[in-house]
Parts: sequence; structure tokens; C-alpha cells
Amino acid sequence: MTAMQAIFLLLGLITFLSAVMVVVSPQLIHAGLWLVLTLAGVAGLFVLLEAPFLAVVQVVIYIGAIAILIIFAIMLTRRMLREDGRQYNNLWAGAVTVSLILFAVLTFLVLQEPSLAAGSEPLQAETSVLLQDLGRSMVDVDRFIIPFEVASILLLAALIGAIYVARPMMASEEGDREE
Amino acid sequence: MLDQWMFVAALLPIGLVMAASPILAGLLLAPRKPNAVKLSTYECGVETVGETWVQFKVQYYIYALIFVIFDIEAVFLFPWAVAYNQLQLYMVLEGVLFILILGGGLLYAWRKGALEWL
Amino acid sequence: MEFDFNNPFGSITRLLTDLLLGLGLDQPLVAFILAVVGAGILAGATLTTAGVFNIWLERKVGARFQDRLGPNRVGPFGLFQGIADAIKLVLKEDITPLGADKVVFNIAPLLAVMSVVGLWAVVPFAPQLIGADLNVGVLYVVAIGGVGTLSVIMAGWSSNNKYALLGALRTVAMLISFEIPMVLVLLVPTMLAGSMGMVAIVDGQDVWYLLMAPVAALVFFISSLAEVGRTPFDLIEAESEIVAGYNIEYSGMKFGMFMVAEFFHSFTIGALFTVLFLGGWRGPGSETFPLLGLVYFIAKTFFMYFVVMWVRYTFPRVRIDQVMALNWKFLTPLALVIVMTTAVVDKLALEQALPRTPVHLVLNIALILLTILALQAYARALRRKVEGLPEPEAGEVAGAAIGPG
Repeated sequence: MTAMQAIFLLLGLITFLSAVMVVVSPQLIHAGLWLVLTLAGVAGLFVLLEAPFLAVVQVVIYIGAIAILIIFAIMLTRRMLREDGRQYNNLWAGAVTVSLILFAVLTFLVLQEPSLAAGSEPLQAETSVLLQDLGRSMVDVDRFIIPFEVASILLLAALIGAIYVARPMMASEEGDREE
Repeated sequence: MLDQWMFVAALLPIGLVMAASPILAGLLLAPRKPNAVKLSTYECGVETVGETWVQFKVQYYIYALIFVIFDIEAVFLFPWAVAYNQLQLYMVLEGVLFILILGGGLLYAWRKGALEWL
Repeated sequence: MEFDFNNPFGSITRLLTDLLLGLGLDQPLVAFILAVVGAGILAGATLTTAGVFNIWLERKVGARFQDRLGPNRVGPFGLFQGIADAIKLVLKEDITPLGADKVVFNIAPLLAVMSVVGLWAVVPFAPQLIGADLNVGVLYVVAIGGVGTLSVIMAGWSSNNKYALLGALRTVAMLISFEIPMVLVLLVPTMLAGSMGMVAIVDGQDVWYLLMAPVAALVFFISSLAEVGRTPFDLIEAESEIVAGYNIEYSGMKFGMFMVAEFFHSFTIGALFTVLFLGGWRGPGSETFPLLGLVYFIAKTFFMYFVVMWVRYTFPRVRIDQVMALNWKFLTPLALVIVMTTAVVDKLALEQALPRTPVHLVLNIALILLTILALQAYARALRRKVEGLPEPEAGEVAGAAIGPG
């Protein structure tokens, strides 16, 4: 077992266990914090895959923005301090069995695909060159310019939608305050 | 490249350990005399009234939402900026268009009062 | 083994590597051990400087600004004040409030310190001296800063205290808001250097980026001040307002860790600003003598730290709604504009074969003048609204409405 494999196993185990704890935690805030650990594990896996840009983007967006958003959303619902008790019912043994069978089937199918089963080779180019290639491809007319601009329109739509949905809540709060 | 990240992977736990050691030293050296008053929640010297939750203003959530949108936008722009020296003018203008579309979003948020601290 | 004075740090690394290889260990383990040793030295040196020296410096400089003496009892010139403070905090009783969530309560200060220590991994001290030359260094800085935000929520929520939670939510709202102009403005050095790596940014600064992009530098400085929570944005810990905010319930060394994290972060801001805009270790003669580069870097960082303290002792505190308005209505549009204009103008300058630095300098000065004019118009409109004066008619001079009396 090489060092890379050992590190990969460790990171994968951390990610997997944190994901299980997200589902199983009785308190929502704890689930949110376990989610942060899961996302950090995924960022570590990106580093192992020699994709440092994706790793830092994972931390910046997922942990720095989305996890915070989720924690805010948890706090917005007033039930946050109540312990919700055990998060799983008595059928958990059957569920775990089904998940393991699914895992075995998926692994078998993946190993059938020759390009995936052959193992990975190191990247052919320097990551900084790849990053420049990514940037160029995003604005190149023959490649990804349309998805790039559509992404901005998608973000604009999300922003407008969020504000439109939140306006009545803001207005009602202001009404509460004036009473 | 991976050995660079190894330094980061070594630094973060070391930072954690270095932060934990004075606290552990405190556990050993500091006095430990809990009583009811010391353990109670601090509320400027008076007794706590009511449950411990706060009226969570929706405005916090709106700020977080706007933050997510602009964070994603900034992250999209980083590869464009890294490749900047090899881009031609029209490619730069496409990036500027990206920024302008989201600047329009900011203007919309401004006009609709989503940026006010209520 | 010859010691190359032109590359002292590389020589030291080579010596140690050969030593460890000679002991019979294989290459990856040697690399790992060297990484751990280097990380330990970096974390130890910077934490000790921050925890001991910077606290003394902060209090001494603050005292001199306020025309008093500052600490001068403990050791020569009061230099051991930081050690005395640390010992005091260790000996204080560590009170965990009733009903607090113990695990989260204890992890929060550790995360706060860890996030700031992690920032130093990508700071280039001297030509060959850097912890990790990541080619995504700039985004890495943003990423690690985000982890600090998480520690604030954890601290506020786990304290089982209304005021801690309220303070934490306000703090996080402020922190995430100011991350936007900071991230956007970091695009400018990235564009000018053509890479996100800190070493590449320092190498690209034949002319300091402060001269090529002063507006970007200013926006970065202001956003960083807010990220750290220093005056004029220190409503986080405004003692007169919210009684220490999210770390009310912390006592003893855990509170000490939050304090160290804040001082350390201010110092780190100085270092990051130096690398991004002041040319890092560059200076006359620093390419041939890397140790001279280290000296330049330290000098520039301490100068920027002095500027941070100077701002603290000069400006009054800003109210939370004013802070948010400053961020979303001033800094963010300004950051967007500066990124767009720098991108377009640089390409145009390249096409017209004009020299880059004067063109950018002119652009930035024009932008500053336009911003000042816009702010003046805004202030005039606000004053008219407040004083109830009628809007001037088209063609009428604004001053005529106020009149001679």
C-alpha cells in the first residue's frame, strides 16, 4: 500500500463517516458541522486528484458560503435547539444491507469499464497550465463561452428569485417591528 | 505539486495542536471551582429571561444568499483572470459581460431594498 | 557540501535531506518529515511573534498614539508584557457555562487559530523561502479565511447565550459581506501577474502593484480590516454595545486563543498586503541576497501592521448598518468596476503599445476622482433630504437654494 493509497483511504473514511453522522445526528446544528467535515474531506480528495483549483473552490464555495447558508437556515427555523431524538427507525438494519448491496453492484459495474478499472495516470500537464487552459476555454468562442454566459444569467435568476421570495418575509418583519 | 500540499496538511494540524497546548496547560494549572452563579449564562449581571433563542432576522439569510451568488461569480472569474495574459480583447469583453450581468443583479437587490440592514 | 549564499534556504533543505537520506529513510518519508519540521518552525515562529511581540507592540504603539507610556514594567521597555498576559490567562479559571455544547464550545477557539496559522503556508518570505508554493495561493487565502467565519458561528451557538448568538450572527453577516469585495479585488493582482500563485505575483511585481492598482489595494485593505474585525469595524467586540459579542462565555486560555487569533490575523493582513501589493520580498539587492529579501519582507509587513494600528487609533467605530451599506453599496460596486476597467484598459494599453504602469495609474486616479465626485453628489442629496431643502430646478445653481442666509 503506497502512501497515496493510505492517505486516500483515510480521507475517504473521514468523508464517509462524517456523511453518516450528518444523517444520524439528533441535533441539526451538529449535522451541519459534520457536513462541513464531509465537504472538507471531499476537498482533500480533490487535492489527491491533482485538482487544486477545485479543492480550494470546494472550500470557498461549499464550506465558506453554502455551509454557512445551511447553518443560517437551520437557525431560521426555531426548532433548532430541540433535540429531535434518534434520526433513524427500527428498519435501519435492512437499509444498511440494501445500501451495501447497492455499493457492491456499483463497484462491480465500475470495474467492468476498462478505462476506469485500469487505474489513473499522473496528469500530463502542469496544473497552472491547465488552469490557464480552463480560463481560455471559458471565453473561447469554439468552446465554453455559451455555458459561461448562461451561468451568469443563471446566477442572476437565482439572485432575483431569492430576493423576490424573501421580500414578503422582510416586509412582514418590518411590520412586526412597527407594532 | 502534492508535496506542496503536504506542507499545508502538516501545518494545519500543527496549528491546531499549538492552539490546544496552552488550553491544556490551563486545564492543568488553572483553579477549578464551579458554582451555580459562575456557570449560569451571562446577561449583563441579571437573571436570564426566556429561552435561549433569538428572533433570527430574515435579513441575515438574505445577506448570506447574496453572498453565495457573488462568491460563485468571483470564483468563476478566477480562471478567466489567470488566463488573462493570453486572452484577446473580445475574450476580455466576454468576461466583462459576465460581471455586468451580475452587477445588474446587485443593482436589482439594491433597488428592492434587499441590502438594507433592517 | 557547499553552502550557497545565493540560495541559503535551498542549501539548508538540501543538507537536511541528505542527512535524513543518509540515515536510511526513503524519499517520501524524508519529504514528509521536512514538511512537518518546516511547518512546526513556521507555526511556532509566527505564533510566538504574534502572541508575545505583537501584543506588546500593539499596546506600546497605541499608548504612544494616545500620548501615554504603555507597558514599561515587565522587562526592558515592557517587552515581556505578552508573556505576562499569557501566563495570567493560563492561570485563569476555565468556565464552561451550563448547557453549553461542550465539543463545539472547545473546538471553536482551536479552529479560529488554525485558520490564521494556515494562511502563512502560502506567504513567500524570501526568494526560496515559502511554505507551500501552491499555484492557487490567492484562492487558498480566501478559503482558509472562510474557516475562521465558521469558528465564529460555532462559538456563538455553543455558548447557550442569547447575546453570544446575536453577536455571532452579526459578526458572521459582516464577515461574509466583506469577503465579496476582497475576493473580487484579488482578481486584479491575479490579472496583472497572470497567475494565482503568491510566488508568481511577487515575481511579477517589477513595479509594485500598489502603484499599478491603488484602488484595488485600498479596497483590499478596507475589506481585510473588516474581516479581522479591527476598528473602524470592531463592533464585533464593542464593549459598550454587545459586551464582547460571540466570546462572552469564554474565559481563560480559550478566550486567549480568540484574542491571539485576532492579533495574529491583523499581522497576517499586513503580510498578505505586502505580498500582493507591496512587492513582497522585492527590493534593491534582494535577488542576489535572499536574506536581504527576508529583511525587506519583515520591514514591509511591520510597516503595514503599523498602518493597521494607525487606522485603529484614528477612526471612530462605524455602526452596523453603515458598515453594511459601505460594503454592499460602495466597496462591491467599486470592486466590480475596478476589475472590469483594469481588464479592459490593460488589453487596450497592450494593443496601443503604451507603458502599463502610467496607464493603470491614470485609470486609478480617474476612478478615485469619479468616486469622490459621486460621493459628494450623494452627500449633497442626503443633506438636502435631511435639511428639507427643495431640489434645485434644472438650470438653477444648487448654491442659490441655500442663498445668502
